[in-house]
Amino acid sequence: MNLSRKWLNEFVTVTASDKDFAEAMTLSGSKVELTHDLGEEISNVVVGRVTAMERHPDSDHMWVCQVDVGDGKSVQIVTGAWNVHVNDLVPVALHKSTLPGGKKIEKGKLRGVESNGMMCGLSELGLDERDFPYAAIVPAALLNDYHPLDKDKPSIPADVQPGHKIYGPVVAARITAVRCDGVNAFTVACDAGSGSVSLSTSCPNLHAGDLVALDTKKEHICTLADLHAQQAEFPHCIPDGIFILHEDCKPGDDLKPVIGADDHVVEFEITPNRPDCLSVIGLAREVAATYQVPLALHEPVVKGGGQGSLVELLDVETPAADLCPRYTARMVRNVKIGPSPKWMRERLRASGVRPINNIVDITNYVMLEYGQPMHAFDYRYVKGGKIIVRRAEEGEELTTLDGKTHTLTANHLVIADEHRAVGLAGIMGGENSEIVDDTVDVVFESACFDGTCIRKGALALGMRTEASAKFEKGLDPMNTLPAVNRACELVELLGAGEVLDGVIDILNYVPQPRVLKLEPEKINALLGTDVAESQMVEILKSLDFQVEGDQVTVPSWRGDVIGMADLAEEVARFYGYNKIPCTLMRGQTTLGGYSDQEKLERRLGSACRAMGFDEIITYSFISPTCYDKIRWPQEDPRRQSFKILNPLGEDTSIMRTTVLPSMLEILTRNYNYRNQSVRLYEVGRIYLPGGADGLAVEDKVLSMGMYGQGVDFYTLKGCVEAILKELRVERVSFRRPDETNPSYHPGRVAQVWAGDRLIGVLGQVHPLVAQNYGVDAELYCAELDFNQLYAAQGPDPEYVPLPKFPSVTRDIAVVCDEAVTVGQLEEAIGKGAQGLLKEVRLFDIYRGKGIDEGKKSVAFNLVLRADDRSLTGEEADADVKAILATLEKDCGAVLR
Amino acid sequence: MKEQLASIRAAALAAFEAAADPEALDALRVQYLGKKGELTAVLKQMGKLSAEERPAMGQLANEVRAALEQALETRGKELEAQALDNRLKAEALDVTVPGTPIQEGHRHPMYIALDEIKEIFIGMGFTVLDGPEVELAELNFDRLNAEEGHPSRDWSDTFYFDEDSRVMLRSQTSPMQVRAMDSMPLPIRIIAPGRVYRKDEVDATHSPMFHQVEGMVIDKNVTMADLKGTLNTVVEQLYGKGTKTRFRPHHFPFTEPSCEMDVQCHKCGGVGCPTCKGEGWIELLGAGMIHARVLEMSGIDPNEYSGWAFGIGLERTAMRRFKIADLRLIFENDVRFLEQF
Repeated sequence: MNLSRKWLNEFVTVTASDKDFAEAMTLSGSKVELTHDLGEEISNVVVGRVTAMERHPDSDHMWVCQVDVGDGKSVQIVTGAWNVHVNDLVPVALHKSTLPGGKKIEKGKLRGVESNGMMCGLSELGLDERDFPYAAIVPAALLNDYHPLDKDKPSIPADVQPGHKIYGPVVAARITAVRCDGVNAFTVACDAGSGSVSLSTSCPNLHAGDLVALDTKKEHICTLADLHAQQAEFPHCIPDGIFILHEDCKPGDDLKPVIGADDHVVEFEITPNRPDCLSVIGLAREVAATYQVPLALHEPVVKGGGQGSLVELLDVETPAADLCPRYTARMVRNVKIGPSPKWMRERLRASGVRPINNIVDITNYVMLEYGQPMHAFDYRYVKGGKIIVRRAEEGEELTTLDGKTHTLTANHLVIADEHRAVGLAGIMGGENSEIVDDTVDVVFESACFDGTCIRKGALALGMRTEASAKFEKGLDPMNTLPAVNRACELVELLGAGEVLDGVIDILNYVPQPRVLKLEPEKINALLGTDVAESQMVEILKSLDFQVEGDQVTVPSWRGDVIGMADLAEEVARFYGYNKIPCTLMRGQTTLGGYSDQEKLERRLGSACRAMGFDEIITYSFISPTCYDKIRWPQEDPRRQSFKILNPLGEDTSIMRTTVLPSMLEILTRNYNYRNQSVRLYEVGRIYLPGGADGLAVEDKVLSMGMYGQGVDFYTLKGCVEAILKELRVERVSFRRPDETNPSYHPGRVAQVWAGDRLIGVLGQVHPLVAQNYGVDAELYCAELDFNQLYAAQGPDPEYVPLPKFPSVTRDIAVVCDEAVTVGQLEEAIGKGAQGLLKEVRLFDIYRGKGIDEGKKSVAFNLVLRADDRSLTGEEADADVKAILATLEKDCGAVLR
Repeated sequence: MKEQLASIRAAALAAFEAAADPEALDALRVQYLGKKGELTAVLKQMGKLSAEERPAMGQLANEVRAALEQALETRGKELEAQALDNRLKAEALDVTVPGTPIQEGHRHPMYIALDEIKEIFIGMGFTVLDGPEVELAELNFDRLNAEEGHPSRDWSDTFYFDEDSRVMLRSQTSPMQVRAMDSMPLPIRIIAPGRVYRKDEVDATHSPMFHQVEGMVIDKNVTMADLKGTLNTVVEQLYGKGTKTRFRPHHFPFTEPSCEMDVQCHKCGGVGCPTCKGEGWIELLGAGMIHARVLEMSGIDPNEYSGWAFGIGLERTAMRRFKIADLRLIFENDVRFLEQF
């Protein structure tokens, strides 16, 4: 909501600086986003009157003007604009002036002629034609500015003279005199070769001596469009020029008030519970309460007396009464459509609304002032003089003011006459009843519609408008009548038409003011304050709550106030949130802390970091194509994902059921950034279908990924083993999966088991997967199920006495088939040992000279020890012998 | 003989002194004191002496032996010390050569900020809760008093999984308030950090997925002054003692009164600068007294119990904590970024 401080001052006088005002309002609950001084950048720009002008002696397109800038001072200014005439009032940026955009103007010389400033066009003042519609320029095509596109084939000869035929009835003519008759109205005399002709034109770029194309049939001076000419052919006959002022001002006046740049605009962020503050009056009430100054509201007074009887001319029916709590309308006849006055245009513009014409501007003005959306229809198009507020018929079509045609459903509310819809209630009027230049009779509608219906309707049609945004928050039905009266009052003030007596006012609800009990002790108990009851009453009254005894009547526009806590907030806002004391919590103490799951998460994190893994955070949603990239088959059940129906894009449209693509994406990014050695981890969630209430099963996964020089399968395996050791997981084994995992290298992948519990998988990412990510390097990833890790955690350690007796070590090397795994050999060693084996350590695998093809030699270091005596060599040898026997029996491995 | 002893003594002492290393010294020991050594050879001639001469000469010989042994030991120690000295000199290192690097992993900066927040609240007796991200609209909205029609329920703002807008990605951590009220005995003090999702395009300050920490206290006689006091304490621990804060009225459907808490801009100290958009203050979090209807919907009597709640955005907290300029860095996970923390 943009608030003009000039407009605000009509209701409440506050002189605080913008900064102080913004802070005070923010602290009382109306958050100020920004403040603008509309004229901040304009200085030393005044109104001037052109007293004389002549063509520049050394230029074919410039004029040298003498400009009266007040106090009898006259300055010489050179301009390239062609729409200036003697006696025009113009904005003059004097020597050492500033303009919007940080532009500085100083005196200088233009082609040797002194120029003491600049006459300004609209854009140089930060304005455009919508701000001053009369400043639009339609230039005539001046033949003395003709520049042929092809020098060898000019359409108009360079030596063209008055009377020469150009085409058909169009001849060349020389302007001999120009007289300004009013806004864009000129009478020119011209010599068309056969004598002098006088005619009127709206083209402002004509001066005595100019050569023009005269349509002798239409008595019309041709524009570029008339000649089907391109701009390049007439480079100085442009629809731009100096802003010729037609305002109430005189030479020497500061320009800022003349163009409305002396206002300050405050931009508020209004929370959805306060639709009443989407209006000048609503904000004025907050300002008055903040500054504890009186609020001067104005009761609209309508003279009326227009010809005719309202009840005979207009009938309103509201069959959809549930969606239209109140419908209020008045009529205005003999409307004179025209621009609205400058003060109204300025206030609209300051509020960010484009001025259109007096009737439309009035509806917008009232909407801004009262927060009540208004609509004006052309009565001619209300067939049968009947307005019906009804649900649309299924498939009914309506073209709205923006020219778009909509097919409606019974969920939409329309304003209709007896035959057809003429507007989408609360959203936008229909094109078929729009106010146009020849509109004569106007119906002003000021209604209250059901917020949900308007919101859903606007959403379904994709056309949220200023009106619908207000209605959807739930407006005050009590506001419709003052608003429509205000509109009629403005019609009379602007002399824009004759207001008929009487009001059509249909109430489909029973107004019931909400009455709450004032409970000061409860309010103080909630706030932790000691605010006096009298102060509470004062605050509530300043917001137009009525207080009698302990009964508080809530104003109709404060639908958000329903209970004690709401009254407490009103009190707190104006007592001052920052005056509420700061206390620490009392009461029963609670024991805080982490859950066991969180403790595990933290342990996993520190274990990973200790091994050089950096923590990452990845998006929970992925693209469905990620499953293709990690080579999951189309029919893989894990592709069943939670699918977002309204995603931002395909890339973030499904909830991941695997963390692998997220890790690969980040590894890839780092790889592309040429980061040499990367180790990453994340405890991430996956989202599997099948949770309670239709929700997801949100399991966590420890995701690890790495690449870099010297990194191989065993590097990652060592890290995974270290994590399992940290958690004291028992009976850990690594097995080649029975079914191939398509995401991993088939020969470099292992399942991680703890006994019968599958913990996860680790391995080298399949080269084709890496290729899908555009990576030409070995990537290694592990995915460990958090719940399984949690369940597999070993018990807290218990002290085991340190060995009292020395151990005996024996190295053995056995030769076996290539297919036999180290795991199998270790298992056989464990099985064959007879109670003395404490440790087995692989120390060498050898293939080559001395070992047959297809075989390998595997060497282990065995540590044997008894807890109650020193072992003898014979005892150790007996154990080793048994181990070797088992190795041979189970694995076909023989001592080398 | 006497002369013989004296000359051996002199020669040996001189030779010992000249020995360059322990090996040479050992050879001299053998040469003079060994079984076949020079002194031993002289002593062997003792038998030729008369009985009168023998004691005096024996004493002299023993003196010479003792002196030589003494000199040997002294010289030996000298040589040892010298050898050690030489070895240490030879072993000297260039201490400016960099140490063998230890590859340490790094905690993500956002989680560093989260850890700090958690520690503070755990110290005040809060329990850390975790909950689902795929959530029921009932818990995310209805039970938090954001009725049908509340703008945040729009499909343009929130991600949904079904046409009925029943299951969604939580748009705030606040449904954890409801889950806590439904499952925990009173009094309650919880914080619930986690991921939340809103339909915002990615830019320097927005992401469709981000993190919040929810906090809630429900007990008898809990006041807005407690809310202010507690949050001020938290801010002082996060940003340093004496950090200035202010509370502004605001609106949330599930709290009344509601507020937003600002901290004074660290860059300009409240004067106004680009960092704080000229306001002098930076918005930190939203909070308020739990709405009576929210308590009632969870079966808690608002006449007996009251409570307060807050929600803080983690990314912004981390960005402020570490002066990270662009939110996208948080989710980019470039190790050159991660390894700065």
